[in-house]
Amino acid sequence: MKHMLVVNVRKCLGCKSCEVACAVEHSESRDLFTAIQEKPAPRTRVRVGQGEGFAVPLQCRHCEDAPCIKICPTAALYRADADSPVVLNQDQCIGCNWCVLACPFGVISFDAQGRTLLKCDQCFERVERGERPACVEGCPSGALAFKTADEVVAGKQAASLVQIEAGLGGEDA
Amino acid sequence: MVSSKKERSVDPAAQEILGIAAQESQQVAYDRYEAMQPQCGYGQLGICCHNCNMGPCRVDPFGDGPQEGICGASADVIVARNLARRSAVGSAAHSDHGRDIVHLLLSTARGESQGYSIKGVVKLRKLAQEWGIEIEDATSAQLAEKVAEAALAEFGKQEGELRFVERAPQKVRERWEQMGVTPGGVDRDIVGVLHSTNMGGSNEALHLLRNCVRAGLADGWGGSMIATELSDILLGEPQPLVSEANLGVLKEDHVNILVHGHEPGLSDALVTASQSPKVLAACEKAGAKGLQLAGICCTANEILMRHGVPIAGNFLHQEFALVTGAVEMMVVDIQCIFPALKDLARHYHTKVVSTSPKAHFEGFQHIEFDESRALDSAEEILLAGVENFANRDPEKVHIPSDKSPLVAGFTTESIFDHLGGRYRPSYRPLNNGIMEGRLRGVVGVVGCNTVKQCQDEGHLEMVKELLRHDVLIVQTGCSAIACGKAGLLMPEAADLYAGRGLKEICDAVGLPPCLHLGSCVDNSRILTACIEICREGGLGEDFADLPVAGAAPEWMSDKAIAIGFYVVGSGVFTVTGDPLPVLGSPMVKEYLTDGMEKDFGAKFAFESDPVKAAHLIIDHLDSKREALHLDSMMYEPRPVETVGQPLQLEAAEAVAAG
Repeated sequence: MKHMLVVNVRKCLGCKSCEVACAVEHSESRDLFTAIQEKPAPRTRVRVGQGEGFAVPLQCRHCEDAPCIKICPTAALYRADADSPVVLNQDQCIGCNWCVLACPFGVISFDAQGRTLLKCDQCFERVERGERPACVEGCPSGALAFKTADEVVAGKQAASLVQIEAGLGGEDA
Repeated sequence: MVSSKKERSVDPAAQEILGIAAQESQQVAYDRYEAMQPQCGYGQLGICCHNCNMGPCRVDPFGDGPQEGICGASADVIVARNLARRSAVGSAAHSDHGRDIVHLLLSTARGESQGYSIKGVVKLRKLAQEWGIEIEDATSAQLAEKVAEAALAEFGKQEGELRFVERAPQKVRERWEQMGVTPGGVDRDIVGVLHSTNMGGSNEALHLLRNCVRAGLADGWGGSMIATELSDILLGEPQPLVSEANLGVLKEDHVNILVHGHEPGLSDALVTASQSPKVLAACEKAGAKGLQLAGICCTANEILMRHGVPIAGNFLHQEFALVTGAVEMMVVDIQCIFPALKDLARHYHTKVVSTSPKAHFEGFQHIEFDESRALDSAEEILLAGVENFANRDPEKVHIPSDKSPLVAGFTTESIFDHLGGRYRPSYRPLNNGIMEGRLRGVVGVVGCNTVKQCQDEGHLEMVKELLRHDVLIVQTGCSAIACGKAGLLMPEAADLYAGRGLKEICDAVGLPPCLHLGSCVDNSRILTACIEICREGGLGEDFADLPVAGAAPEWMSDKAIAIGFYVVGSGVFTVTGDPLPVLGSPMVKEYLTDGMEKDFGAKFAFESDPVKAAHLIIDHLDSKREALHLDSMMYEPRPVETVGQPLQLEAAEAVAAG
């Protein structure tokens, strides 16, 4: 089942712990105290954006009809199957940056130091092991979750039922 | 992440209690640690700054985001500045403890305290002489008053150097002078360092790192050394004695009262009051067979080494003790006290009483300790504890049977007698042992417990590895308690763990291979012992020459940071388990673990694997031995497979020979 990263914006404190957790997960050692000494330094694939009075972690939405996959001339961006995340084959990538231009959310960037694209791979290796993505695991306030669309819908329905119940008093629901 | 009982502690008593706590749905520090995950990476790396209200700022550790704070401070500056604050806080804690001891000595000398007398007269006269305080035909009280006044002046000293600086070897003092870190006044140095960390203050990482040392030296050669010396003068110079450690010292048919914290003023009065007929009569009336006093952490070490009061456990045992359901009262003073004790106290019947004007706690009962009526207030506290015996729920009582005998209470001074004998006290046998290659060197293994590591494992594994390589161990604080619980403070531990050379020395002079030197302020005894080793001759004139080292395998407190800086700053190589919170700055890390040696004669190393850390120390001792052109080690290290086996020497040799 296809999962997505869900952000509860009210809970995000802008601490950027997700950024650190993402970089460590994409390091050689996967250990903070060792990763900090690696060369080249590991990079984060999630960025905490600052809105007007709120902060929100931004990462690839793994679009169903992904513009980045469509535009990639070398098929470096791909997904294994319909439920899999959009990932990058670095060997195929020629660095044309078309995906950077095509992405509607600005969550693909070009890493000048590593001379490669940076995008969220939804921690597919962790997910295969039954773990949650590193940013979700690394969030201290519970602002990030990893859910299927069905789970999101079910959650919303449950919340709206509570609202309906609270409003019951002879009024039409 | 630690989850199973065995991953949480190697202590069987702790493992048993953790099972009971889980059954009774009681939370302990490990549970809160797990709930706290993930812990902030910026904090762990030391790159979060909230020293002014333009922030908080944090530097991107992986180089994409901001590389400096809003004021322009680099990661190097932020890391060094945070560390300087923590070193100053640690120094302040030890030193304020020292100040209270001085006050107590002063009020006792003036006849204004109750229940204390000046017990360390020999040490008093020695210190008075050292400080040039001479009064003809002076009584102990008159002399103690002058010494206490002089000690008190060390805190507020505005000019010159601390008196104890003169104790340091010349070469050490020269380095301090060159680096501009000679401690000048305890409060002055701490304030100066804190000032330098104010927004827009010092913004050069190296200067801030020197300030870490300055704050530390004000502790080791100031606050802590004053605390040790004056505690000995007031409460008596410890002499080695036999006692016991671990939760098994609690007694089901007794009223159990625990002390926890650091300052010995109150706990010493509690020991006296525990013998009072009124308290004993109250115990009998309550249906208890007597009163069992025991302790946690360093205040426990203080009354252990002076009165033989048993130890209930080290830092992480403070909660376990309450889970036994058999503790009527825990009396706390300052430092290392979990505010979470209130929740356990609610579930069990324990009364937790805070006593220091410096430390109040939500949910504890506060009975402030008043030295002018110390015995009366100690008696009142104990009577309230005895009264609580009636509220004990026998169904909730689970006292683990584990306890171990130990020998505690060595001092720099008493080691003279033990090594040389009463009629020719001397450090010569120690220096000779090192020079001949029976002993590889001397290592101080000290410090806390932390939930980030399996309780006591770091201490025990490191100590055992060092012992089998013929290293004599000196200990304080919760590390000493860890080894005490595991039987390493007994002379018999030499048979089980020591290499042949160390065992020969221990057997010859009747010492355990690990010497309990007291509480965490008593790390100053390790400094004074190093002075005596230098003075005895043959191993160099500088701490940096000696085959010695320090280690804090399970450190967690800011006090450990201050200790680390005064030990390394005095020229002694030191290994910490968890790294200091500096990895966000490669420059600071490089300085502490390398560059510092050029400036201070020693450096830090960070190694969380205790056996690997032991080998860093062994390599260091060997390099110092080589530099001194000492004889090579007399014997091969004790084979690993014989560790823990009461092995005869011949059999050990056979194993070594294969």
